[in-house]
Formats: sequence, C-alpha cells, structure tokens
Amino acid sequence: MDLTEFAEEIGDTGPVTIGGLATRGGPVDGVRPVMAPVGIESIQADEMTVRCGAGTPVAELDDALAAYGQCVAVPPTGTVGGALAVGQSGIRRLGYGPVRDVLLQTRYVSARGEIVKAGGPTVKNVSGFDLCRLLVGSRGTLGFLGDVIMRTRPRATYEQWFTTNDDPWAIMRALYRPTSVLWDGSTTWVLLEGDPRDVADQAVAASLVASDPPGELPNGGRWSMRPSDLASLRGTGRFVAEIGVGIVHHELPAPVHRADEAVVELHLRIKEQFDPTGRLNPGVTVLHGAH
Amino acid sequence: MRKHGPLVDDLRAALSPERVRDGATELSLYRRDASNMEGATSVVCLAESTADVQACVRTANDHRVPFVARGSGTGLSGGAVPLDGAVVIATTRMNEVLSVDPANRHAWVEPGVLNLDLSRQVDVHGLHFAPDPSSQQTCSIGGNVANNSGGPHCLAEGVTASHVFAIEVVLPDGTVTMLGGEDPEPDGYDLRGVFIGSEGMFGVATKVCVKLTPNPPTVQTLLMDFMSVEDGAGTVSDIIAAGIVPAAVEMMDQLCLGAVEAYIHAGLPVDAAAALLVEVVGLPHGVAADVDRIEELARHRNVRTVRIAADDAERALLWKGRKSAFGAIARIKPNYYLHDTVVPRSKLPAVLKQVYEIAARHELLVLNVFHAGDGNLHPLLVFDKREPGVMARVHAAGDEIVRASVEAGGVLSGEHGIGLEKRDMMPLMFSPVDLAAQQALRSAFDPHGRANPGKVLPSPATCADVQAVPEGAWI
Repeated sequence: MDLTEFAEEIGDTGPVTIGGLATRGGPVDGVRPVMAPVGIESIQADEMTVRCGAGTPVAELDDALAAYGQCVAVPPTGTVGGALAVGQSGIRRLGYGPVRDVLLQTRYVSARGEIVKAGGPTVKNVSGFDLCRLLVGSRGTLGFLGDVIMRTRPRATYEQWFTTNDDPWAIMRALYRPTSVLWDGSTTWVLLEGDPRDVADQAVAASLVASDPPGELPNGGRWSMRPSDLASLRGTGRFVAEIGVGIVHHELPAPVHRADEAVVELHLRIKEQFDPTGRLNPGVTVLHGAH
Repeated sequence: MRKHGPLVDDLRAALSPERVRDGATELSLYRRDASNMEGATSVVCLAESTADVQACVRTANDHRVPFVARGSGTGLSGGAVPLDGAVVIATTRMNEVLSVDPANRHAWVEPGVLNLDLSRQVDVHGLHFAPDPSSQQTCSIGGNVANNSGGPHCLAEGVTASHVFAIEVVLPDGTVTMLGGEDPEPDGYDLRGVFIGSEGMFGVATKVCVKLTPNPPTVQTLLMDFMSVEDGAGTVSDIIAAGIVPAAVEMMDQLCLGAVEAYIHAGLPVDAAAALLVEVVGLPHGVAADVDRIEELARHRNVRTVRIAADDAERALLWKGRKSAFGAIARIKPNYYLHDTVVPRSKLPAVLKQVYEIAARHELLVLNVFHAGDGNLHPLLVFDKREPGVMARVHAAGDEIVRASVEAGGVLSGEHGIGLEKRDMMPLMFSPVDLAAQQALRSAFDPHGRANPGKVLPSPATCADVQAVPEGAWI
C-alpha cells in the first residue's frame, strides 16, 4: 500500500484508528482500523538518514541499518510509527537522546484525509513550525504517520554492561557520557560504549564490574520524574530508574499528574484545530483532563 | 511636555515610566535586528520579570496591538523586526542564571542570559551549553529558543531543541504556564518542542531549563586543506559514512581563507581551494582512532596538509579563524549578506558550484564558510551597498541560491529561521495543505494573531494587504 491509498483508506469521515504490531496497546477497540505503509524506501548512510513507511517493523529497520553500521534511537519493538506516535524512549536515552529528536520529516494523513508534510529531509532544519515534534508522542490523535525520514546514529562497535553497588550519582560524576545508568535502589547497572580501551579505563576508574544487563524491568508503570528526585524512590516498591534521565520502570502504576489549566486548554485547542470531529483514535488520551 | 498615547500610558502604569521608552532614538534602534530589514514599533518595554512580560502582553491585548519579544537582536531573518507598530518587549535585562544542578546537568536561566555567559558560568562544574551560534558572545538564550539556534558544535549534539527541558512562557493571551518539564516524558503533546523555533509567534519565554553537556576529556582539532572543493566535501561525506560523527566539521573556501588569514595571521593555507576544520571529542583512545581514520579518509581524497592543533592555544587560533570570518570580510567589501540553507551532504559539491555560478552571473563576490558536517551552507555575498543597483543583484542571487538548495533536496533554513526574510519562500518547501497545518498550530497558541504577526507563514493570497513587507526585505 502506498501513501495515497493509506490516505484514501483513512478518508475524511467516521471514526478511524491505527494499528501496527500491537506492542503498544494496538488499535482502539470497535473502531475501523487502518495500517500505515510498510517498507524501507532508502538508507542514506552518508546523510545518516533513513526513509521508510511508518508501518515498518523497528526490527526490520534495525537489521537493514546494521549493514551500514548505523541504528535509529527508537525502542526495539513494534513499528516505527508506533514508536514515534507513543514517543517513549528506550533505556539508552541518556546516551542516544529522546525519540522526539529522531524524526526529521513525516508525511502524515490528517483528519481531513489529506497528506501533509511536516519537517524536512535534512539533518538540520528550522524552516517553519516544528510539526514533527507535535506528532511524536501524540498517539495518533492529530494525524496518522504515513512515511518518515529519521536521523540515524553510528552503531556502537563495542559495548559492555557493568554493575556496582556505589551511589549512582557518584558513578555519573566519574564517567564520561555513559549510554545508560540504571538503579534499583541498591544495585547500579552501567552501559558503556566506544573504544574497548576507553571502556576498560572508565570501568577501572569507577570500580565497575562487568555484568549482564539488568533482567526484565518492572512493568507496572512508567513513571516520569525529575532526575533530581529519583533518590526519593527508595522504599516505594520494586523499581529500576534511569539515572540522569528520570524514567522509572516501577511495579506500581505511575502517579497521575495534574496538568496546568493553560496546558489543558492548549491541548484542547490543538485537537480542535487538527481533528475537530474527534475521529482519529477516538478515546485515546494524551493528557489527563484534556479529552 | 510630550504627550504619550493611551497604550504607552498603560504600559508605563504597568511597568515603570523609566522602562517604557518611546523616544525617537529607541524606536529607531528597536525597529530592526541584525538583518537588513526594518519595521516600526510604537513603544519599547524593558522587561525585568515574568510579571513585566505578562503585563506588557496583557496591555498589548487590551489595546489590540501586536507585540514582539526581543533578545539581543542578533537574528538574521528579521524575526524580531516589529511590524505595524508592534510593542517590543525586550528581555535583555532578564539575564540571571537562576540555578545550576551539576549532578543532574541542568540549569534554569532567564531568557536574556547570553549564550557564552551561560557556558562560562557553568564551566566550573565541567559543563557547557552545547549550541554555539557564531553570535554566541552576544546572542541570548531566549533568542536561541525562539530560533532553535545551532552552531558548529551542533553536528554531534543537535540544535537548541535537544538542549531545553522546560520553558516558562507567557502565552499570547497573557497566561503564564510551563511547557515541558524537568522530567523526561511530561504528559501530553510536546509543547516545549513546538515552542522552540516558533520565532516568537507562540508566546514569550521567560525562564528556560537548559540541558548542560559535560566538557569532553579529550579534544583534537584538525585543519585539512584540499586543492578542490569536491575533495573537501567528499571527505565530509566519507567521514559520516564511516560512522564517525565529529563534534564539528566546518569548511572554508579559498576566498574566505584568504580574507581570514589577512585578518588574523593563523598560518592558514591561503592557496588551497577549501579547508576543513574538524573537531573530535571524547575519551582518548576513541578520539585517537577517529583522528587516524579521518586522516586516512582525507588522504584518499587527496588532502594536501593535515595540521593538528598541538595545544589549546593553537586550537583557539584555528577556531578564531573560523569565527572571525565575518569580521575579516570587511577587508574585502563594506557590506555582506549572509545566507543559510541546508542541502544533503552528498550534494555539497554540486550546490557550491551553483553558488559560485550564481554569484558570478550577478557580478558578486561570494565567500563560503559553513557547517559542512550537517550540510548547512552559509554563502556570504559581499558588496558595497553604495554601488548603484547592487542590492537588486544581491537579492536576486540570494533568491537563486535558496532555490538551488531546495531543488537539491535541501531546506530553506538550517539555523537562522524564516522570519520575514524567507516567509514568502515557504511555498518552495511546503504545499498550501502543509502550510495550513502550521497555521493551525499557530492558531491554537495565538487565536488572535498578536504574537509577532506577519512572520514565518506567508499570507494567503486573499489577504495580501494585511501587512506590508518593510523596505529592504528580501523575499
């Protein structure tokens, strides 16, 4: 299916929902589902960009990019479109940056069934308002991603997990730009990438011991906390926190934050502008109190 | 005694008379930025707090007049040029670094803090603010947020949007709120992300939570020169394709090298067609390996000499060469027009060739000094504006350069923004449907169109008379 067919399928009336590999909740129940185009259109290694259909599985994209020694900083499961629409970063965010920095251009289908281009194809671009950042994390409530151009990054040629019982903030101070620092209240795991000699030197300097990565992370809730508040997690239950980032994989559901009234109002106005009849992913909420 | 209008009277009551200026000198100073465009303002407010900014925005709304926030006025696209007598809200006095959290690597700053001052203030913690526009000595963080500013070191680190966690803003209706947050995934749409680069049209930033980046333990700076521009540009693509993302990859062409060398005497290779300034940072072994690989790739592209800065002093000298290019060109001609487009890296040689051809056809000199690593061209047209008819040629050449860049698969602007300068070129990149979506976002933030109107989005043909483009605008 190409982008035009995708747009025709979405049409301009009636509720419609987008599905993928159902790794992030899947389409809305009882609503007519559509799937985005699938397939890698081009990999431009010397531009460090890749263009693909939003329905492309991340795993397929990752395999293809591996041949060029590159990768995209999105979590490894589901489709590219799902990863972008949900906007949650993987546990390497400390080193790789957030998902929202990955999307350079998209052609999405609007609530009116029109194909709309947002952003531009180059790695640097400040031409016009940043609709790409509006769409990443918007959970298909403003438009359905059709195809995308994303920024790639070099794949690490060497990586190693380590562990320590030292204070994770001391570890952060001792290391130069670790890829990930995870902490469960007592144990700290560290992922280092780069030249093997540098990794070894860093490990010695911070008294790290080579280890396996942490096991399965608690998945009762995904908490978003100020990095400076993570120490307060002790005694709240089983968790693994991303130090320096603030994501907490917790056994308990995330506490509900009350959004500021002005922010709620902005959400309502944006939704009204982009999907006045509420036909895209009806019932999906991005902000408590805004739908 | 001079009589002020009711708008000025109300602003004076809301702030203080001393900080609300409507003298001829101030009105003249604040009607332009660092571009060659001029607008008109009715009054200039020197804000010192969020409450001041809020009062200005509310008063402007009460009088149904537009307002324009302004930092240091170093913008090059006319983004801060006031149209239609807009109230100018200057944030230069809001210049405090409010707090620094070295452990979690962020700082809260006011919008008037100067870019380089921020990096200097946090250097004691071994940290810096990564975006480093060439104007970093004078440009403000508020302006960086409005323009999503870049700089040489944004190749590896990304532009301003990657370095801001949260922004306290005064929305166009005068409401104060927080967009984003110190936490990594605040609920809802990424309003922080869309505010950055919105060129003052979504409200006014009054506090910014910035990300601080650790200073690298090892830095190597290489100057490599080539006898052809193609070889230099080809080396850039080869470096990136090899999986190396240097901290910076800058290119200077022959005319630029000559001008800079005559100005600072750094021993630059003035007979080369092009030189690359490459900086690699990180841990020592990785940096050494990257430097070796870059040298090898450059040799395959016939590099003539490779000069590696031996110490901090030599590194500073090489960077001074790059950063003083704009001062140096004053030795050639008194005026310049600096352009800003991005092309795919692989198209650099072809587009540069077009740039030279375009300049020659319009009988203009062009120097190129730019962020080659991310394909961000900065052709610098130099001229003497006293020469009759020269401005028409400068504008025509600029127009062709932008079109050539977009036709090569590039974009209108990499870091200067659209502002007034490229507003009416937006259709080169975006269809009416694409532009309507951007207008929809603008309408959500600013239904009455009071925040910096007339910028970024071209007026629909049906209401082309809403605002006149000021004298000197290049469109």
